[in-house]
Formats: sequence, C-alpha cells, structure tokens
Amino acid sequence: MTYETVIGLEVHLQLSTATKLFCGCPAKFGAPPNSQTCPVCLGLPGVLPVLNERALEWGIRVALAFDCEIAQVMKFDRKQYFYPDLPKGYQISQYDQPLAQHGHLDLEAAGRAQRVRIRRIHLEEDAGKLLHEASQTQTCVDFNRTGVPLLEIVSEPDLRSPEDAYQYLVELKAVIEYLDVSTCNMEEGSLRCDTNISLRPAGEPALGSKVEVKNLNSFRAVKLALEHEARRQAIALDRGERLPQETRLWDAKGLKTEPMRSKEEAADYRYFPEPDLVPFVIDPSLVARARETLPELPAQRRQRYQEAYRLSGYDAQVLSQHRAFGELFEGALRAGAAPKPVANWIMGDLSAHLNARGLSPESVKLRPVWLAHLVQLVEAGTISGKMAKDVFAAMLERLVDPLQLVEEGGLKQIVDAEALERIAEAVLEANPKSVADYRKGKTNVLTYLMGQAMKQSQGKANPQQIAELLKRRLEQVTS
Amino acid sequence: MTVVTPEIVRQVALLARLRLEGQALAQLAAQLDEILQYIQQLQAVKTDSVEPTSHVLPLSNVLRKDEPGACLSQETVLALAPATQRPFVTVPKVLET
Repeated sequence: MTYETVIGLEVHLQLSTATKLFCGCPAKFGAPPNSQTCPVCLGLPGVLPVLNERALEWGIRVALAFDCEIAQVMKFDRKQYFYPDLPKGYQISQYDQPLAQHGHLDLEAAGRAQRVRIRRIHLEEDAGKLLHEASQTQTCVDFNRTGVPLLEIVSEPDLRSPEDAYQYLVELKAVIEYLDVSTCNMEEGSLRCDTNISLRPAGEPALGSKVEVKNLNSFRAVKLALEHEARRQAIALDRGERLPQETRLWDAKGLKTEPMRSKEEAADYRYFPEPDLVPFVIDPSLVARARETLPELPAQRRQRYQEAYRLSGYDAQVLSQHRAFGELFEGALRAGAAPKPVANWIMGDLSAHLNARGLSPESVKLRPVWLAHLVQLVEAGTISGKMAKDVFAAMLERLVDPLQLVEEGGLKQIVDAEALERIAEAVLEANPKSVADYRKGKTNVLTYLMGQAMKQSQGKANPQQIAELLKRRLEQVTS
Repeated sequence: MTVVTPEIVRQVALLARLRLEGQALAQLAAQLDEILQYIQQLQAVKTDSVEPTSHVLPLSNVLRKDEPGACLSQETVLALAPATQRPFVTVPKVLET
C-alpha cells in the first residue's frame, strides 16, 4: 500500500546566555565536571529561582523570528519525574501558558516552498549530564548542565518526508544562527532533536500511531532514523500489524531503531504551577522593540540576493544558509568584487575546505577583502584560474592577502617525497593517541592529523600527497 | 466517600520511588483519604466571582540580570553526594537515556 509519512519535530536549543536560567552559575560548555553549580540549580532546600532576563528576551526574539504569537502572560510549571540527572526531582518547564504559540517556518527545498507550522515555543531548564561508559556498575553525573536555559521549539506534524525534516532543521539552525542566541552544535548538545513519525494510507485524514524517535545526534542521524522508521512502519502495516504508540531509540551503529524498554509505566509528570516563580506579564512594547531589532533572516536574505545580485535560487540558498557566508559574500562585494565569482568561491572551494576538515563556516578567518582581491587577480589575468585555486588554498592556510602571496613569487608547495615523509613521521610521533584511535577504526582522526601536518608545514605540504603518506603509515601493521 | 484507594497509593509510591507494600498501602490510603476530605471543606467556599490564579502573591516579572555569581566548589558538591568518583557524582548504573 502507499503511505503518507507524517513527521513532527521537537528541537531543544541551549541558549548561549552567560548564566543559567534561574541562577547565576555560568552556563559555559566544557568546564571541569561539577564546577558550575550552586544551591539553586542543585535543588538544595530553601533556595529561590529567579528568571534570567536575557533568556526571556532571546526566547522572544526566537519566537518572533518564527512569527509566533507571544503570550501576554506566561508562567512556569514543575514537570516531575525521578532521574539521576535531575537533582530537584522536577524540571522547571512551561505547560499550559508557554512563551509563544502558533508560528511557522517557511522552507524552500528543491525549489518548492513549504510552510511548517510551529505549535509552541517554551523556556525550560536543562538536566545534568549522565556518563555511562566510565564504569560497568555506575553512572557518573555532571551537574554543570543542570539549569542551563533551553528553548523547546515544537513543530506541528506538517513534514511529509525525512528529507523535509532535514531541510526544516537546516533552516531552523540558520535562523537561530542569524539571531546569534545559540551555538547550535549538535555534538556539544546545544541543539537536540526528537522526532515523531507515523504513517497513514495515502488520502486518509486520521493520523496513525505516533512513534517517538530519540537519541539523534546529527541532522544526518535524524534523516537516517526517519527513513528507517518509515520503512519499518510500512512493512508492519503491510503485514496488517497494529503499531503501538511508543518511544524508540536510534542505534547509530546498527542503523536501526529499538524500542525503549524502561517506559513500562506511562509517563505521569503531574505538572503544577511552579510556586517559586511568579507569572510574567509580557509588555507589548517590549515585543514591539524586539521585533524592530530582528536582523535580516535567511529567507529575506535569500530573496534579496536573488533580486539585488541576480543569483540563482540555489546560490542564494547556499549563501544564506550560514550567516558567515553572507557576511563574507557581501564584504567581498563591498570591496569591489562581482557577485557571481565570489559566490562560486564560497560555494565551491571554501565549502569543500570546510567539509574536508569538518569546520564550521563561523570558524573561517578569511577577510572579505582578500576574497575580492583574489577575484580581481583572476579578472585582471594576473593569475590563471588554476593558480587561483592554489592561491585560495594558501590564503586559507596562511591567512594572508592573495596580493601578498602573488607578490612573494607564488606558492612553493612541498611536493618533495622525502620532505613530506619527514613531516608525516613527525606528526604521527607527536600524536600517539590519534594513531591508536585510527587503528581502532576511528578513521576520522585522519582529518585532524592532516591539519597537524599542514600546520607543521605552514600550509605548504601538498595535501593529497601528505594524506596518502599519513594513511599508508597508519595502515601499516605495527609489530 | 473514599477517593484514595490502595491502588492509587501504590501508583503514587511508584512515581515517588517509595517502596510500600501490603498493610502499608491500605493504611496510607485511609490516612491520605482523610487528609483529602479535610481539604475538601474548601469546596464549600463560593468562588464564582474569584479569578482563577496560580499564585497568591501580588507580584509578577521578577527577573535578574544575566550576570555570573558564585558557584560551589567541586569539592563541596561532591561532599554533598552519597557516592562519588571524582570529579563525578555516581549513581547505580542507569541502562538507558
């Protein structure tokens, strides 16, 4: 039978405020375990939580960017459950009077416009972090994360394919990056995503049984898990089985979802109003001011790039995906370069460079004026297109103006096999842990080792050659 | 009228992670029921003209600046916990997230 896939997403976003949601502990990621806590976030008796003003302001900004209605009055509630990551025995969240409701996010995937409704956005506190790997018999708890501000963004079940869900996340992340309120880093957990998925016979208006899929730690994992889950449900429905409403966990190694065993008792959170936090009346003038100070958002930028610079929809889409790309692009234009060649460098060589090294666009230290100079050098015929690629790579590695690079008399790449061997050897010797990791199957450490080799050679090592040398040495069986 | 049954006590105890069995269930059911009936007297108050409210204080919008304050030291935090393995607090193995 043909089924329609129905997907809704719940995104948890850590706000990058300086302090936690209800106390003055720093909310910084990566501090030594259990060094950023206080009586309030540990839930010791007799303490009083007080809301972080900036978390509320940023929550309003995000809600406005999704065109939500902001509550006139909002309050907090206690969501009660026992788990070792929750020292108080309840999470302060919002139940029936959330910060905002009824918004939407417009997507443009493969030239097709789509509106995804946002059901609600609310503020809540994060839980602590549990580490299971360290011991066979114990679970370790780090309470630094306890109380860090989270914004939960819940979509309506408007998505119809795993690919659409992926696009929704990409666009959502872009919007948040433009607002500059979260690092949106799934690996560090500052952006987390749970999904709900059900199937129904094509044309059927009623929704099927909803399966919640958790444990998704990348956008790719979201897509893969949803694809798997849609297939699994279709097979079961074809057999005439009835699917239970349940929570399943994504197994990233086995590429499948597994039912979560521990939920024998249906969750009973017994929400009630948080007595320690009085209600919040949100002043319409505060909302109006926040609306006025919203930056240009990705969708608006996409449209402007197409209209002002005659870029294709695809080019405009890629350039507006990351705020840093847009800034680089427009900066280079201000420095006198033509739009299309600048767009091509960003979408081509720069993106490839970032992908190969697993870097984020925000980490790029490239100055827009350098990019403009590069484009101008090619246009003036000073360097060939092929040379320009080398100049671009050198510019990224050494962070210098292409004018200077060309003046220096070109790029002296190290291609000498012996010299490269020495570099490879030195890098592997200096990084025994990475070498061991690689041999245990963590082959992505190669990227790191490559980076080290490039650093050591001041960016002059021939990347392909050095990669091959490193790989060959890593794959040699040690005696 | 009995509201709290031993079955309800069992369920609430489970949610509160309390181990209650046999005799205790019936005993607590009766006691909790008495407490609820005592509170039930409030139902006699006429509230037709009273706005529902979640808080009784004439206060709203209590906020603080996003400025860091003092934290407890790791040592202090670990000393509060019944079991630790520096720098962590430890609990019996939790199998699932």
